Order: sequence, then structure tokens, then C-alpha cells
Amino acid sequence: MLRQIEGSRAVAETVALCRPEVVCAYPISPQTHIIEAIGELVKTGELAPCEFINVESEFAAMSVAIGASATGARAFTATASQGLLFMMEALYNAGGLGLPIVMTLTNRAVGAPINIWNDHSDAMAARDAGWIQLFAETNQEAADLHILAFRLAEEISVPVMVCMDGFILTHATEAVDMPDQGQVDAFLPPYEPRQQLSPDDPYSIGAMVGPEAFSEVRYLAHAHQQEALARIPELSAEFAEAFGRDSGGLVHPYRSADAEVVIVAMGSVLGTIKDLIDTQRDTGMRIGALGVTSFRPFPIDAVRAALREAHQVVAVEKAFSVGFGGVLSTDVAMALSGLPVPVATVVAGLGGRVITKTSLQGVFEAAARGDIPRLSFLDLNEKLVERELARIAQGRRSGPSAENILRDLGTVASGIG
Amino acid sequence: MAVRFYQVGSFAVGNRLASPADRTIQSEGGRSNSLTSGHRACQGCGEALGARYALDAAMRATGGQMVAVNATGCLEVFSTPYPETSWQIPLLHSLFGNAPAVATGVAAALRVKGRSETRVIGQAGDGGTVDIGFGCLSGMFERNDDVLFICYDNEAYMNTGVQRSGATPPAARTATTQAVGPHPGNSFGQGKNMPVLAMAHGIPYVATATVADLHDLEAKVTRAMSIRGSRYIHILVPCPLGWASASSDTVRIARLATQTGFFPVFEAEHGEVTGVTTIRRPAPVTEYLRLQGRFSHLFDRAGNPAQPEVLDALQAMADENIRRYGLLEATDEVPS
Repeated sequence: MLRQIEGSRAVAETVALCRPEVVCAYPISPQTHIIEAIGELVKTGELAPCEFINVESEFAAMSVAIGASATGARAFTATASQGLLFMMEALYNAGGLGLPIVMTLTNRAVGAPINIWNDHSDAMAARDAGWIQLFAETNQEAADLHILAFRLAEEISVPVMVCMDGFILTHATEAVDMPDQGQVDAFLPPYEPRQQLSPDDPYSIGAMVGPEAFSEVRYLAHAHQQEALARIPELSAEFAEAFGRDSGGLVHPYRSADAEVVIVAMGSVLGTIKDLIDTQRDTGMRIGALGVTSFRPFPIDAVRAALREAHQVVAVEKAFSVGFGGVLSTDVAMALSGLPVPVATVVAGLGGRVITKTSLQGVFEAAARGDIPRLSFLDLNEKLVERELARIAQGRRSGPSAENILRDLGTVASGIG
Repeated sequence: MAVRFYQVGSFAVGNRLASPADRTIQSEGGRSNSLTSGHRACQGCGEALGARYALDAAMRATGGQMVAVNATGCLEVFSTPYPETSWQIPLLHSLFGNAPAVATGVAAALRVKGRSETRVIGQAGDGGTVDIGFGCLSGMFERNDDVLFICYDNEAYMNTGVQRSGATPPAARTATTQAVGPHPGNSFGQGKNMPVLAMAHGIPYVATATVADLHDLEAKVTRAMSIRGSRYIHILVPCPLGWASASSDTVRIARLATQTGFFPVFEAEHGEVTGVTTIRRPAPVTEYLRLQGRFSHLFDRAGNPAQPEVLDALQAMADENIRRYGLLEATDEVPS
């Protein structure tokens, strides 16, 4: 049923339809509306049986999910940013134990400087934790991916993180076709764990593994994710048949078949990119896009197939590896290895900076001309950066950079000194 | 018939002379052997002894309907080198600092599945309890989650090579509180009193115990398993490796810890002390300390006090425990 609904609410209600049995919650913006809504559904009895646990930290949230999942319960939590990093050790543990926990990551920048707005730094920090990472482009997809996520996680015994852009999606109200309980129940069978903590069949779970077997255990984690590469398209096709719409999949090409320039991106920015592609196409620019839904496992073959005919690939990324450059673009370049297709990185939208069509148009045009730099930062205030670099060069006691920059901008809270 | 004391120096009578009802669970043929033989703990390991008694008691109290969550540490490492395990109970090891939260998750899953008759035990060493796991433990207590959490306290990070923890006593030598300088060993005025912190959460049951009085330990575990909600048992478990003591002295040292007042043994319900194990004749703390190499810098080669002011301060701590918990018995009987 189509409903005008906030993204967080749509996700919360969809997660509730997936019948999670243990939900643990620790608040962090912009995830709060999701856990608040689920908590309410548990409190009213609409979501039952379900244990909703207010924990004392994100580290505890993931740990409670680990205990619940290992005991055979379907477990869910949600977090963002600092919260994801605070639970990082437990994140790796859940991945290593192969527990099919599903978590919403409402993507947000990672400090310092502290910043509550959207980018993908948090998800990239957890890239190697052994979780599947799926990126939603719209609120519809964010809701739908959770249904797929539980099914996928439990089938292949790997935890799944559904990434949705903080505020841009979580706090946006738009039309979402909400599934009903019967549809979800038909698609998602009850969780049947491979092994669980039970006196009926006592196992020791979480043994210490030395050099003699560690590589093999880690390889199996990789093999599970490779299995997911095959399973994600199958499940997405099944989902389309059951729910009557496309969601999920590994990648989403957009007008890229004959494109000379292909923009690669993840998440909600794809909407802006597609809009601009439509207008640029009208002017004759041969440009298209490739949306990456599954970042882990990275669909290296699908990406190679989609981009091999391009003259220039540009990854527009909301994160970067400090001291190097693009993260997504590194994977894209690997997918294109051996092919004469250059890959440029445009770092954009950090800490919630708006990615405008005007700025993107400059990127498109530079790429079409063939003079896009290998690495650039969209809308970087270069004068501001240069002033601070000059100040730093003057002497050691140049003060804190973040505060200096805010003072140069005349922003609030920058008055000291 | 002459009564023979099996535990020399104690007032306890061996199992064989006790009535069947009073014998330890370990004396039963049908005991669980929760932590079975073949594990790789050191000779004289107090933690292995404590864990075996505690878990077998919990298994009997729950009719075998029990699962355990274990923090990283000696107990985990010596018992589960892949692909071996010494555990005959279902056991989950996740991380060093999250055992209480994992136990909360296990309890929640059992509740939601309608399997609340299966009970949950979380366990960790002192590092996993008072330091890195403290946040999760406090959260578990505060929510009154239905878990018995057991701390096996050997007063330092033994698994990593005897480094100081928040449970290390003053003056003790560890790898990070070396017996050098003007104030050798661990500092005074630091450390956490974990049982008191547990009581401050107002949870239904808190108890301390040692591996010297295993009947008492079993009774406390049994009592704990008869209660729902968060429960905490803090067991002093001497560590021959970390304390530099003889393997054969583990039980003796644990007994001296209680009989000096250095480690008060008590029970508390909802934040109030409800019972203490009294001391008939308080032993001087030097008797306890002298057996342990970690305190050897407090004595000279002849065994005489080398740092009387430090020993006085340690004695004062024991005296304060005796006063605070009322550990001294009114009578002063001497066994014949």
C-alpha cells in the first residue's frame, strides 16, 4: 500500500514485519526515529513476540545481538557514525561468527570534527568487518532491502548492514509502497539457525583458532560472501515477483549502455545524478550512471561488464581514505584492471555538504572533455584551506584547524581567541 | 573413631565424613563435569577449580538447563583451543569486554522463544569484569537482566602475562606495577570494590566466595540460581603463576585471604548485606602475603618485614573489612 511516510518509519515498520525477536537500541542521530518506532511497536504489542532492550552503548547493542542471534533469535539493531565505530570490535565478532544479524546503518560522517550529517565514512570504516553492505538509493529501497537482508543473512549465515543516507533518506517523507505481513511472511521464513546455544545440543561457540586453521576460517567468510554475489540477484528477482517492484540487486546501470562517461555512486545521490544525466543527455552528452547496491560483496564482474566500454569512469564518493583517495573507486579500478578505462575520484558530500546539480554538471563536463583530475574534492573552498595551511606554516602554535576555519568563515561558536 | 581433617588447618570436614545431604556436588557420581578434565590450565589454577564447582552447582540447580557466556581470558583460552573444548555445557565466547551484554542477548532470546527455564551464566576474570567489561556489566545489572554473572578474581591480567587490573591489591607486584622504586608494587588508594559496586545497583543477589570454602561457593551458586534477575558472585581464585605462589598453596592462600579479613566473604540482597562468613581467629596479613612472591618485596630474605609501613597499611585494610562487615565471631573456639 502506498503511504506518505518518513524513511525511518518505513524502515521501522518493515523491520517489524520481518518479525525480529530481539531488538537492541542505543540512540544516535540520525538513527533514532527507527529504534523509537520499533520500540513503540513492541510496547503496544503490535510487534510480538519481541524483546526490545535499551542498552548502554553501541558496543553492548551489537553484543546483545550476538548473544541473541547465537541463541537462535532473529536479531536487529541500528546505528550510525561514531556508534558503528564504537561497536567495531563486536561487528567483526558477529562477522567472524557468521551470525545473521541485520543492522540499519544510517550513514553519517565520523569525527573529529564531530558532525551529525550524512556521508559514507562510517560504512567505509566497516568495509572489511565481514558484513554484507547494501546501499539504498531511495526510502522504498531502504525498506525493501531489510526484507532481503534478513532472508540473505539467514540463508548464507552472514550479517547484513543496510546502509541508508542519514537525514537525506531517514528524515525524508515520501511515498513508499509498504508491504503487508502476508507478503513478508511468504518471502521470509522463520529463522532456523545452523547451530545455536542450547542445552539440548551443547556446543562451544567462539573457540580460539591458531595459525593452523585461521586462514581457512577466514576464507570461508569470503566464500560465503561470494555465494551472496550469486544469491543477491536471485533473491532480488524473487522479491520482484513477490512484491511487484525491483529492489536490491548488485548494481543498477542507468543509461550507461552507450555512455562514454559513466558516473559510479552509492546511495541517495544517485537520484540527483540520474536527473542530471537526463538533462545532459538532451544536450547530446553520452553519459550514464552505475549505482552500486552491494558494496560488500563487491560485484567485480558485474561492475567490469557494466563499465568496460566507457571512455571515462568517475566515482562520486561520500568518503575517502585519508592519505590516498577514493575507496569505491579503488574497487572500481580493480574491476577494470587490464582495460584502458581511466577511473577518477570525486569526493563529494562530506559531512552533509549538499551535492548540487550545478557542481555535478562541472564534473560531467570535465569528464566528457577528458580533463578530470585523478582525485578532486567537489566544491572545496580552496581559499579557506590555503589560509589555514598558511597559518600552520607560520609556526607550531597555529591553533586548532577546525576552529580556525570556522572563525575564518565567521560561523557561530568560533569566537574564542 | 578419630575425626580426620582432610583440609589441614581448616575447620571443614571431608566429604566422606559428612552426611550425604551435606556433601559437595563434586562428590556426586552424576555431577555435570561442566569443565571437564584435559584442559590446559596451570597446576593449582584457582580459576579452573572455582569454575568447575560453580558451574556444576549451577547445572544441578537448573537440572542441566543452562548456557554460559565466557569473556576472553585464561578460562576461555585454556579450555577451548580449536578444535578441542573442555566444556560439556553450551558455551559462547564472543569478546573480552562484552560477556555481560552477550549474556543479556542470550537471556532475551530464551525469553522470546519461551525457553526461560534455560538459565544463563556470564563469566569473566577480574579484567573482563571490573575493567573492560564494566560498562556492559553495569548495564546488565541496571536492567536487572536474568543472568548470573560470575567474576573469577585472580587480581590481575594473567592471560596476557600478569599486568595490573582494577582488582589488583595495593603493593602487589605485577608486570606493570613493578617491585622497584620508592613505592614498589601497585599503588594504594586505587582499585574497584566490585561486589559493593554490584550491590549499589540494587540487584537481587550479590555474594563473594573463595575456592577455600567450596561448600559455601556451591551454596551461593545454588541460591543465586533460585532467584530471577541480575545476580553477581565474586570468587577469589588464587593464581600460582601471577601470584608467584606454590601450586599446592592455592586453597591455603584463599583461606588465609578470608581469615585475615583481606577478602571478606558475604552475601547481600537488594543492596543490603544479609550474611557474612565469620572469622574465628583473625590471622595477620603477613601470613597471607608471605606465601606469595608478588608481595616478596615486603619481606627480607629471612622472611621478616622489610617495609613495615606497607604491611601496616595492608593490615589496616584487613582490619577495616573485619570492622565493616562484622567478620569477627563472638566466641573464640579452638578446635581440638
